[in-house]
Amino acid sequence: MARPVTDGWLLARALRTPGNTLALDPAGWAALIATARAEQMIGTLAYRLEGLRVPQAVARLLADARASAAQGRVVALWEAEAARRAMAPIGVPVVLLKGTAFVAADLKAGQGRSIGDLDILVPRDRIDAVEAALISAGWEWVKPDPYDDDYYRRWMHELPPLIHRERDRMIDVHHTILPLTARITPDAAGLLAWSVEVEPGVRILSRNDMLVHAAAHLFADGDLAGGMRNLWDVYCLVDQFGTNGLAERAAHHGLGREVARALRLSAALYGQGARLNPADHLYLRRLTARDGWGRATRPFTRLGFYVRSHWLRMPPAMLVRHLWTKWRGGHRGDIV
Amino acid sequence: MRHVFSVRIGPIGFRIGSDWRAPIAQMESLYTDYPGPHDGVPDFNVRLFAARPWRRVIRPSVMIGGDFVLPEAAPLPLAQGLLAAEMGMNLQMALGQRRYLLLHASVVERDGRALVMTGMSGAGKSTLAALLGTRGWRLMGDEFALLDPATGLIHAFPRLISLKNAAIGVAEAAVPDGVFGPLLPGTPKGDIRHLVPNAAAIAGMDRAADPALILFPRFGFEAAERYVAPSEVFVRLTQASTNYVAMGERGFDALTRLVTTVPARAIDYPDTDRALAQVEALWRDL
Amino acid sequence: MARAESLRIVHLDSFTAVYHRSSGITHLITAPAPEILATLGEAGMTFAALTERLATDYDLGDLDADALAARLDELVASGLVSAA
Repeated sequence: MARPVTDGWLLARALRTPGNTLALDPAGWAALIATARAEQMIGTLAYRLEGLRVPQAVARLLADARASAAQGRVVALWEAEAARRAMAPIGVPVVLLKGTAFVAADLKAGQGRSIGDLDILVPRDRIDAVEAALISAGWEWVKPDPYDDDYYRRWMHELPPLIHRERDRMIDVHHTILPLTARITPDAAGLLAWSVEVEPGVRILSRNDMLVHAAAHLFADGDLAGGMRNLWDVYCLVDQFGTNGLAERAAHHGLGREVARALRLSAALYGQGARLNPADHLYLRRLTARDGWGRATRPFTRLGFYVRSHWLRMPPAMLVRHLWTKWRGGHRGDIV
Repeated sequence: MRHVFSVRIGPIGFRIGSDWRAPIAQMESLYTDYPGPHDGVPDFNVRLFAARPWRRVIRPSVMIGGDFVLPEAAPLPLAQGLLAAEMGMNLQMALGQRRYLLLHASVVERDGRALVMTGMSGAGKSTLAALLGTRGWRLMGDEFALLDPATGLIHAFPRLISLKNAAIGVAEAAVPDGVFGPLLPGTPKGDIRHLVPNAAAIAGMDRAADPALILFPRFGFEAAERYVAPSEVFVRLTQASTNYVAMGERGFDALTRLVTTVPARAIDYPDTDRALAQVEALWRDL
Repeated sequence: MARAESLRIVHLDSFTAVYHRSSGITHLITAPAPEILATLGEAGMTFAALTERLATDYDLGDLDADALAARLDELVASGLVSAA
C-alpha cells in the first residue's frame, strides 16, 4: 500500500491560512476535499475558503457544501423547535448542546458545521417526564437490546437514542456530559443553572461551559473520532469569546486538564501554535490520522485510544463484563 | 490505493481507487473515450478495498467505500469489481449530490429536448434508453437524470448502461456493434452486463436539454396509455429522488416547475418494439 | 388567532404543494387547506374573521365551524400554521 502522502494537517493548514490553498495542485485539492469530508468538515472548509479564487471545479464543490450546510441548519433548528414544543407542557426548557447550539446562537463555530442528531441537556430528576413527553410527541426508541437499554439507563449520561416516527431524526437526551461511571463527574446542575436563553424555551450552555463540554466530549467521552471538528469548535469558541474565567470553571467541573489540553491542541492545529508535551504529540498524531483518500490510518494509535476511552468511562471490571456480554450477543467488535 | 482511475461523466468527476488492478483495467477500457474531471479535481471519491489484508488475495471480496458510504453494505466478489465501482459511483451521487436534483430515470434527447423515463427498477427504462439511442436519439443517461434548479434543464450523465437478465439479450441483438462489458452472472440483481454509450452520447455529454415529456413505462402488460396529473408526477418523482429532501427549497422549486410545465404519461407495453412506437407517437403529438 | 408560516406554495391540480421553510418539509394539501393558508397569510387573523373571508372569497360559506376548526388544528399540527 502506498505511504500516505498527506494527513489531517493538510486540512488544519487550509483552515488556519485559507490563502495557502491557492498553491495546491489538483491532487492536493482532491486530498484536501476527501479529508475534509471524512472529518465532517467540508462545510466549515467551504465557508473558510469562500471568496478565494480557487479552480472552478473546486468553487462549485464548495458552493454545494455551503448549500448543504445551510439546509442542515434549517433541519437542525426545526428539530430543536419540535423538542421545545414537546417539552413546553411539562415546563422543561430545551438546553441545546454542540452543533445545534452553535447554529441557534449564530456562533462562529456554527458556520458550515455539519449537524447530526439533536443533543439536549435536561435535569436528571425530570428525565422520566421528558422521556414521556417526547414519546407522546412522536419520538420512539431505536430498539437496542435489553442489556444495552439497562446499561444506558443506569450508567450512561443520556437516554437510549430516540428517533422521530415521521421525521426520521434522532434526539439524544443527556442529563450530564459524561457517563456516570467515569472518574470525572462534572456539575450537571451547574451547567443548567448557568445556561443562557437564546429564545423563549430554548437555551444553550454558558460560553465557558460550552468550551468545557467540547473538551469533555473530545477526550473523555470518545476515542477521538471527529476530533478535528471538535477542536475546531474549541478554536472558534475561544476566538469568539476568549478564555476569561475558563480555567476556574473547568476546574470546578473536574476537567481542568482536559480543557487545557484542548486549548493547546486547537492552538497547535488551527492557531498560533502551542507548547506541547509528549502526550499532546500522540493526540495530534491520532487526530490527524488520515490519508489522501480520507481514510483513517495509524491503526495501533487508534486502537490504543479506543481502549483508553472505554477505560475512562467504566472501571476495568465493568468494562470486561460489558464487552463480554456484547460479544456473546453476537455484536461485532466496535474496533474502528 | 494502489490503482487509480479518474473519469468525468457529464458534469461530475470521479476518482476511483482500488486495491486490485482488474476493476480499474476494466474501467479504463470501457470509459476509454471519456474525459477526465474538470480542473483535475474530482467531485467524488470511490474506494474499492479489501476488508482485511488477506481478503485481497484469499476469496477476494470488494468492499465499497468513498466520500459517502452505506455502513451495512455487503461486499462483492472480485469478479464483480466493475459492478462494485459502478455501485460506488451511484452511492456517491445518491448520498452526496447537492447541485442537481436527482431523478431516478433514464433520459434520451432529440432536437434539444429530453424524454425522461422513470419508474420502478425492472420497468425497462435502461433497455428503452439503450434502444432509442440507436434510433436517432442521444442517450443522456440510464440511471440518474440531473435536473438543474437554476435553469430547469436536464444535464447528461451517460454512465455505462446497466442491463439486467433478459434485457441483456434484447440489447445484444438490437445493438450488434455495441461495446459491452463482461457478463457478470450471479450478482444480487441477477445477471448484469454493461453497455458503453455510443460515440454520439459521449461526444454530447456536455449538452443539456429541455425536458419535454415524462414517461412512466411499465413492461409486460397490454399496450395502454394514461395521462398522469402533476400531483401524481410530483409524488412519484420525490419517491424516486434520493436527494429531494436534502436539496430543500431549490429541490421544491425545480420539481414543481418540472411537473407543472412538462406533460406526463404512463405507458404499458408488451414488448420493446411496441414501446418504441408508443414513444415516437407521443413525441410527435407534443 | 392563527397565521400561516413562511411558506412557498405552488398550485398543481386538485392538490397544492407547500414547502415549509422553517422545517424543510414538503406538504401536499387539498381544499380547503390552500384556501385557508392563502386567506390567513403571514399577518394572521382571528377564527371569526377567517370564517367570514373564506365564505366571501372562496364561496366556502357552508363550511361549518367545527370542520374549519378541525382543518386548522391539522394545519397547526403539521406546522404550516402557528396559533397564538
